[in-house]
Amino acid sequence: MPDKFEPKIIGFLCNWCAYAGGDVAGVIRAQYPPNMRPIRVMCSGMVHPDLVVEALKMGADGVIIMGCHIGQCHYQDGNSKAMARVEVVRVVLEDMGIEPERFAIVWVSSAEGKRFAKVITDFTDQIKTLGPNPLRKDFELNFKRV
Amino acid sequence: MIEFRVNKMAELLDVHRNTITNWIKSGKLKAAPSVAKRYIVSKEELTELFREEGIPAELIEKLKIANGIKSNISENFKDIKEFVEIKKKTLPKKPIGSVMVVGGGITGIQAGLDLADSGYYVHIVEKSSAVGGVMPKIDKTFPTDDCAMCIVSPKLVKCVRHFNINLLTLSEVVGVSGDVGNFTVKIKKNPRYIDINKCISCGICSQKCPKKVDDEFNEGLSRRKAAYIKFPQAVPLKYSIDGANCIYLTRNKCRACEKFCPTGAINFDEQEEILNYNVGAIILAPGLTTYDPSGLDFYNYKNMPDVVTNLEFERLLSASGPCFGHLKRPSDNKEPGKIAWIQCVGSRNINRCDNGYCSSVCCSVAIKQAITSSHHCHGENGCRTIFYNEIRAHGKELEKYYENARDMGIRFLKAMPHSIEPAKDDSGAIIRYMTEDGSIFNENFDMVVLSVGMEVSPEIRKISDIFKINVDKYGFAATESINPVESSRPGVFVAGTFTGPKAIPKSVIDASAAACEVAKILIEAKDTKTHEKIYPEELVADHAEPRTGVFICSCGINIADVIDVSELSDYAKKLPGVVYVENNLFTCSADTQALISGKIKEFNLNRIVVAACSPLTHEILFQETLKEAGINPYLIEMANIRNQNAWVHQNQPELATQKAKDQLCMAVTKVSKNYPLFTQSVPVHQKALVIGGGIAGMSAALSLADQRYDTFLIERDNRLGGNAWNLERTNKGEAVRPILEYFIENVENHPQIKVLKNARLKSFAGSVGNFVSEVESNGIVHTVDYGVCVIATGAGESIPDEYMFGEDRRVMTQLQFEREMKLNPTLSYKAKSIVFIQCVGSRDSKRPYCSRVCCAHSIKNAIKLKEANPLLDIFILHRDIRTFGLQEELYKKARDLGIIFIRYYLKNKPTVKREGNELYVNIFDPISQQPLRIYTDYIVLATAIEPDQNEELSQLLKYYVNSEGFINEAHPNLAPVELAVEGFFVAGMCNYPKLIDESILQAKAAASRASLILSKKDMQLDAIKSFVTEKCDGCALCVDVCPFKAIKFEEIGDNRDKHKIITVDNALCKGCGLCVATCPKGGIEVHGFTLEQLKSQVHAALNTTEALN
Repeated sequence: MPDKFEPKIIGFLCNWCAYAGGDVAGVIRAQYPPNMRPIRVMCSGMVHPDLVVEALKMGADGVIIMGCHIGQCHYQDGNSKAMARVEVVRVVLEDMGIEPERFAIVWVSSAEGKRFAKVITDFTDQIKTLGPNPLRKDFELNFKRV
Repeated sequence: MIEFRVNKMAELLDVHRNTITNWIKSGKLKAAPSVAKRYIVSKEELTELFREEGIPAELIEKLKIANGIKSNISENFKDIKEFVEIKKKTLPKKPIGSVMVVGGGITGIQAGLDLADSGYYVHIVEKSSAVGGVMPKIDKTFPTDDCAMCIVSPKLVKCVRHFNINLLTLSEVVGVSGDVGNFTVKIKKNPRYIDINKCISCGICSQKCPKKVDDEFNEGLSRRKAAYIKFPQAVPLKYSIDGANCIYLTRNKCRACEKFCPTGAINFDEQEEILNYNVGAIILAPGLTTYDPSGLDFYNYKNMPDVVTNLEFERLLSASGPCFGHLKRPSDNKEPGKIAWIQCVGSRNINRCDNGYCSSVCCSVAIKQAITSSHHCHGENGCRTIFYNEIRAHGKELEKYYENARDMGIRFLKAMPHSIEPAKDDSGAIIRYMTEDGSIFNENFDMVVLSVGMEVSPEIRKISDIFKINVDKYGFAATESINPVESSRPGVFVAGTFTGPKAIPKSVIDASAAACEVAKILIEAKDTKTHEKIYPEELVADHAEPRTGVFICSCGINIADVIDVSELSDYAKKLPGVVYVENNLFTCSADTQALISGKIKEFNLNRIVVAACSPLTHEILFQETLKEAGINPYLIEMANIRNQNAWVHQNQPELATQKAKDQLCMAVTKVSKNYPLFTQSVPVHQKALVIGGGIAGMSAALSLADQRYDTFLIERDNRLGGNAWNLERTNKGEAVRPILEYFIENVENHPQIKVLKNARLKSFAGSVGNFVSEVESNGIVHTVDYGVCVIATGAGESIPDEYMFGEDRRVMTQLQFEREMKLNPTLSYKAKSIVFIQCVGSRDSKRPYCSRVCCAHSIKNAIKLKEANPLLDIFILHRDIRTFGLQEELYKKARDLGIIFIRYYLKNKPTVKREGNELYVNIFDPISQQPLRIYTDYIVLATAIEPDQNEELSQLLKYYVNSEGFINEAHPNLAPVELAVEGFFVAGMCNYPKLIDESILQAKAAASRASLILSKKDMQLDAIKSFVTEKCDGCALCVDVCPFKAIKFEEIGDNRDKHKIITVDNALCKGCGLCVATCPKGGIEVHGFTLEQLKSQVHAALNTTEALN
């Protein structure tokens, strides 16, 4: 029986809004699929494009950056700066043969527990539709060789 | 103060009305708009203007007469002056810098922590063997359904560890002498029979003890031994022997515990001790007892095991309770399907128990229990029923909580059951009740919860007697609205449920407010009795091979129910660098902190991973543990396997466990890359900024200034006072004007308060301890430096768009009517009928919240009218009368006077009609089941309270508001005055509708919390800062990106070797890392979040080979 595809998604969550929103999702017990692995960062604007590329190169099926709503950034406009980098990252991903849809950036406030759950649910569905990361096969071979 | 209408004033001065309007607009006549197109101006201002304009001064007197206003200010003014004088006299000359807090519940703990953190030594006296009070007994807290133990535990731990807190358990006050500034309190310390210093909390004494007694912590639902700890997470975690039940102490044989104790800690010779403490002030927070329903024979509480109280039910729900979090009913240990709650048992009842007040919290408690028990067991839909009189969901977010419960299918029945009878097989119960329409039902339930209220026990009354303070007829400490934490005895303050029934947030606010008052009177003795904590020297661990200890929390069953913690533990053991793994029931509890410290030494650990809840709430606690064990506090990582795993993947235990393993691997990998970080300190601007000059803002400003901190108070209008100008009396019956005048006079004359009126905040920069803003006031821009900020921007009456408001002048808002009553003293005689309509614009889809103050406000005005003219018909049309707490007395009085209360439902709202000149209201009366038509002279609309939507300010300061625009506090229960942004605090109605005394309390609490920051000249900066690496080539791309201008481009070296480099100003850098993501070559990084660290997490999450290296 083939295994059901359970994608692995890397989430970069800003400390002030998204991570706190993720905590609130827990408090209100908003259920979402267990595919995202949260990494807490201080600001969505802290996530270096290299990290996104690295994660997808290493076989992550999706990467999502989550930050405060535009205008609500704890550091004035870090999220706007993060958003400004998105297009560049997408171009690089396309060059690498990775669907740019595997990478997303969304805003969730520290009060939006329900929305946090919905965002992760939707993104997980999107990745499931895309199927496994095409680079993952190479990577798995690599892994076995080592 | 003089109040006038523009046309009347024009008539009197013989000028055109536009002249007056122009004077007001230009600021020449400094009049403030009042209600009903009236203005208010001070007599001095007017005299000045008359002098300038050459108008005879006598006309002023005419103006007052012409408008028929009697100013009651001057009458009460004398009292205020005396009040001020008395206040000054009560300030002690050479006070002692330590404080006694009586009661170790959440209130006492919070007050103690606030004071100990701001320079005073604190003794906390607790009667039982451990602190915490009622809160640890509670399963979850409303409205967030946070685990109560998890949020109180860090505070308890902090308290027992605090260097400047002396915890006196098993102790009680037996006498007090002396005066404010210098009391001597006599304490009786009961024997524990176990030496605290020798006890290692192994529990062998308890295992070996043959004597079993009812466990009071579990409300008698389980048994404990005579040698026991109060609860497994008790603070201090030391066993004690219950002298009243111990076989040896009562019958002189046994001594089993002594024989088996491995450390020889048992000491049966211990005697009670009498200790004397000298303190400058006292805070009484002895807490509450719940009503014992045994006397109500018709509820059969004593005879039927499945009829329990709400506190017993909490224990049944709790993971640390007798059912270990799996709800079972007492009669047959089966999971109950159908549960009923009966409200107001022992509250609002003068028939059987004389508790005439409303206990304030039981409605929300019942809703919470109904919601959380649905998580615990899975009965059919609608199987949870709450029998109620009125649902009082008057707190912030509670109306939505209530609505959510309705949507979940919880049944709310307006009926007070007649009796509870046993069902067959002695399990479950039959409730007999009558619904509003008169139908009688007998319904079977598996379990019945009696929502018992709060009471003052005889023991608590004894405390009032010892301290000789005044109490009301129920035994609650008597206080006044102007200072709701001050008792009748100078230097003795009261807080928590001792001053009336209240929930956790209000108790926490009380605690901080009381701490603030103490700090005000002991200011001369600050820092005279306290000591600095000295941590052991840090072990050098940066280059050491990681020796990681992993602690996995079950969080009761919160985590362990979903995630296989033993599998997780086994997995952890295989991770690189891990030398020790342990699974704890509650990793945050005090005993686990001691355990972690022990394991650090035993296994020579140099890095710690805690897999538990969120680092946002608990990392600080574990960092403290590390510091005490001599490890750099940044050598810890947390894996959030509760909030971001177990709680959100409840139905996928296998995948959740898989995710938990990845999370743990990520944390272990990251911690191996962590290195010690060191904080820097920066000087603090020991000044405060208060935004908003209403009662809350003024109260906050005074509280800060009285603690000797320079305070700027900025007010948007041209006068201080805000909404209080429109109110006549508080619910306790005190005149508002004198309170207001007292505040204004003190604020304006305080040497350390600078008031800026007509002011706007124009800019904002800086960080906690070092903010800077520009404030524009009357065209002048002032630059203000401050360390903390209190926001008290207030709220106002909304404008109704229904019930013919605006179409008929007899329909008016509450405040307009109050004004009308004042202007028209004969109103109560001239009118024949007055109708009050409640919840106008509140509790509907547009504003899904309760405005909280309107019920008591309407009733207060109705009583005043009815007392003046008993023949006047007064109708109050309401949805639930929410006179919570001691305000219930007003409701009773109103009914006794013959004021008629008619209930309506949202789907069947009253309608207002006019025929000719006759105004009437149509409403359906649910009791008589008849439509009614009420002809009336006035219709008073209790309109919703709306926050001032201050876009400009919220954009500038970036605080969060809830969906209705009220400013959100950092945590509804344990940080009720802090904002999420450090250094910012909130008070008054901008946070939620509040009564005057509640606004004053919150303002004092905000001042107390703010003074913790201001009390120190320097503050420690966070260590999370950016730093320049050797890869930086000075390209300067990062300079412009930095939002805080923390990165500078500097030229160094002499002529021969001149080059440019990047430098980071640590005081300005906030560690956001925008520079990191901009730098193309890794030339700048942020400590704790370096590219290497983040990459290691990515690899760990993906289980790549690199992760395992």
